[in-house]
Amino acid sequence: MTILAIDTSNEMMGLALYHDQKIIAEYVSSNKNQHSTRLMPAINQIMADAHLKPKELTKIVVAKGPGSYTGVRIGLSVAKTMAWSLQIPIVGLSSLQALAYSAKPYQTMICPFFDARRGLVYTGLYNQHGKVVMTDQNLLMTDWLAQLKKDEQKCVFISPDIAVYQEQIIEVLGDQALFADSGFNYARPSMLAFAGADMGAQSVHELVPNYIRLVEAEVKWLEARRNQGNA
Amino acid sequence: MGETMREEHSTYILAIETSCDETAVAIIKDGTEVIANVVASQIKSHQRFGGVVPEVASRHHVEQITYVLEQALTEATMTIEEIDAIAVTEGPGLVGALLVGVSAAKALAFAHQKPLIGVHHIAGHIYANRLQEEFSFPLLALVVSGGHTELILMNEHGSFEVIGETRDDAAGEAYDKVARTMHLPYPGGPEVDRLAHLGQDTLQFPRVWLEEDSLDFSFSGLKSAVINKLHNADQQGLILKKEDIAASFQASVVEVLTEKTYRAANQNRVKQVIVAGGVAANKGLRTALAERFDQTDIQLSIPPFALCTDNAAMIGAAAMVAYQKGNRADWAMNANPGLDLEAYGRR
Ligand SMILES: [Zn+2]
Repeated sequence: MTILAIDTSNEMMGLALYHDQKIIAEYVSSNKNQHSTRLMPAINQIMADAHLKPKELTKIVVAKGPGSYTGVRIGLSVAKTMAWSLQIPIVGLSSLQALAYSAKPYQTMICPFFDARRGLVYTGLYNQHGKVVMTDQNLLMTDWLAQLKKDEQKCVFISPDIAVYQEQIIEVLGDQALFADSGFNYARPSMLAFAGADMGAQSVHELVPNYIRLVEAEVKWLEARRNQGNA
Repeated sequence: MGETMREEHSTYILAIETSCDETAVAIIKDGTEVIANVVASQIKSHQRFGGVVPEVASRHHVEQITYVLEQALTEATMTIEEIDAIAVTEGPGLVGALLVGVSAAKALAFAHQKPLIGVHHIAGHIYANRLQEEFSFPLLALVVSGGHTELILMNEHGSFEVIGETRDDAAGEAYDKVARTMHLPYPGGPEVDRLAHLGQDTLQFPRVWLEEDSLDFSFSGLKSAVINKLHNADQQGLILKKEDIAASFQASVVEVLTEKTYRAANQNRVKQVIVAGGVAANKGLRTALAERFDQTDIQLSIPPFALCTDNAAMIGAAAMVAYQKGNRADWAMNANPGLDLEAYGRR
């Protein structure tokens, strides 16, 4: 199996090539707002370095969000179009789950998160094998920490935005919270590739981003409809 | 089947267009013949908001892109291998929407190692006409849509000189705003056109000509005049006939567009005038232009309705000229919401 893994869902752009149960190339680069210009050149380079032609790929794995709406769409548009046109299977994985895989060595519950500004985070809870315990959501960190406190389980927090919330986490959870070494605080595209290797293919047409949030205009529209219904 | 249909000496371009609220893919032969033309419209989704919401548009594009690609190949009974180049709208347009098409085009070109071509959306609108008949140079194009009102002079294929443009609102934008003030359903432009044919130009709104020799346009004053008239009537408890408001507004827009196009065509001694863009579907404008150019040697061309609104066939037609010029985009190609038409022509 030869897999190309793509993650442009957040600030780090990540690519990995997996071949015969090994990672043969990995590329990670902090890439604020440049996924559009840098993704295809990077794919071209990583494939050339590995002496692989596009037609030799047998699977695509992609991080489908949450994260930057535009970043997620660039990754999915590229991944879906490649998989569809090469007629190879595609797997879309939660960007939070991909991040959680980095913390598997900790043998505790894993709480990956991304800062969503104004006190909000994208987060979910995963077990030590990286399997979902609580599905991805978008909520206030204050509310999320209160929920975790009730659970009383030890949990390792992992996030590229860890610095924004570390103090608050310690304040609420004390010893219940663990923190990964700095080097683990980003999603590894190699882990995305390994995870995707074992997963069954999804329908390429039906694979869509995992935005979690509705568009502002849709929220207002739904609200207006609900009010009309009540009146 | 595809294998047998493909003609060896022809060039087949697969084109993608996602600059606004249509997800479109087409396959064009030699820049002049439509082999497949698929448009997935989002109008129904945006209707509930009364206008295009950019983030919603981008979301729909990513949901639809592979479906539309597949449908285009199926319609053409071709495989990607039989395609010579991949083209995509590079700009102008909504950046998030453009990015989906650009990303998909790059992925397609990379996966099958095909040349990649970026196309200017307005060049596309003009080239829609080449799917119907060959160009005669020099040529004048009147491009009228929700985002554009421009007079463009072309002396040869792929070269564009903007000789007139709007200084404020685009004609289509004025239509949409007036329609909204009249509480007409979205999209309002076609509805204003329909009502205009049932009414009379009784309100005599101003015609804005600007400086004597200017080929530029201005529609914001007219738009305000219509809105003020409606508000004043409202306050005085008067009821204006919707049909007459639409007819009076349309008469002003159409007269200015027609007259300036006629003037520009004569000044530049063009052989052909092409009307392009969504507003080219407007019946009032089509009729007025047809009458104005009737007794002249200038050939007036207006593409069929389906090729006036956004589609990918027009992008494929324009891409053929770029392909012949040897213009190729690299893997770093980006969506460019402010892409300049004249600069695009100098590539
Ligand atoms: Zn357009």
